[in-house]
Amino acid sequence: MRDLNCNEFVELVTAYLDGELDAESERRFVGHLALCDGCERYFDQFRQTIGSLGDLRGEGLPAAARDALLSAFRDRPS
Amino acid sequence: MDVEADSFPSDEVLVARLRARDEVAFALVLDAWSTGMLRLARSFVSTTDSAAEVVQETWLAVLQGIGRFEGRSSLRTWVYRILVNTAKRRGVREGRTVPWSSLTTEDEGPTVDPTRFRGPGDPFAGHWREFPAAWPSPEQETLADEVRAQVARALAELPDRQRVVITLRDVEGYGSDEVCSILSITAANQRVLLHRARAFVRSRLEEYFTTVEAARGVGGEAVTS
Repeated sequence: MRDLNCNEFVELVTAYLDGELDAESERRFVGHLALCDGCERYFDQFRQTIGSLGDLRGEGLPAAARDALLSAFRDRPS
Repeated sequence: MDVEADSFPSDEVLVARLRARDEVAFALVLDAWSTGMLRLARSFVSTTDSAAEVVQETWLAVLQGIGRFEGRSSLRTWVYRILVNTAKRRGVREGRTVPWSSLTTEDEGPTVDPTRFRGPGDPFAGHWREFPAAWPSPEQETLADEVRAQVARALAELPDRQRVVITLRDVEGYGSDEVCSILSITAANQRVLLHRARAFVRSRLEEYFTTVEAARGVGGEAVTS
């Protein structure tokens, strides 16, 4: 079976990371990764991107809404 | 994957404490999960205020329903499923309908600009014309902050469904099975949406780093000339 092209490799990264490639496709993916510096870099940047997403910070619930929910919890009928 | 796993009480303990009206337990889940819930709700409704109301409504539904929770999914997945249903209903009222069951044209096509690769006829057709440029290592805290800002901006630009999936998977750290269960989508569609979203965010970071490096080069010349 022929080697992957780079433009095919870049479409398989998420499937590879999720362990969803069949054995043959995974072998071709890993084989290409080992030989192609451009795709190795793409793969690393893709994983770095996923890491950055996990670093995002967010806003919490507004204090008034939090207080209202805590009172609702206290006062709810049993 | 889940940073709460070590210190957070198990579902069994949490559910028992919530049913026993333990306010500390309620404050614990409220504070741990509301930030992620707000972020997710925001993709379904028109405003931040509206998203906050969806989260409030969800928690009230959770309080009403906790007696009926059967533990067939994790508590957090169950809460998120209520959130998504509440947010969808609210979105429909606000005239925002997102087709969830099938993919659309915005989910098709290559995720990397085809001109980055050599064309047909070239002996290396389908291979990089030029390798992607190296990125600076995000060691300095100022760069990390700026990267976070760029990632947040890229997320805001994504189509709703792609944003919802990447938010659950990569920002909140859910596994693919849980995301499919929360959103009632197939594993294949989940993967398509996630991959497109990740590739888009990567391309935005690439643009950002390229611009920063270019600006640094120009700045350096200005100083020395």
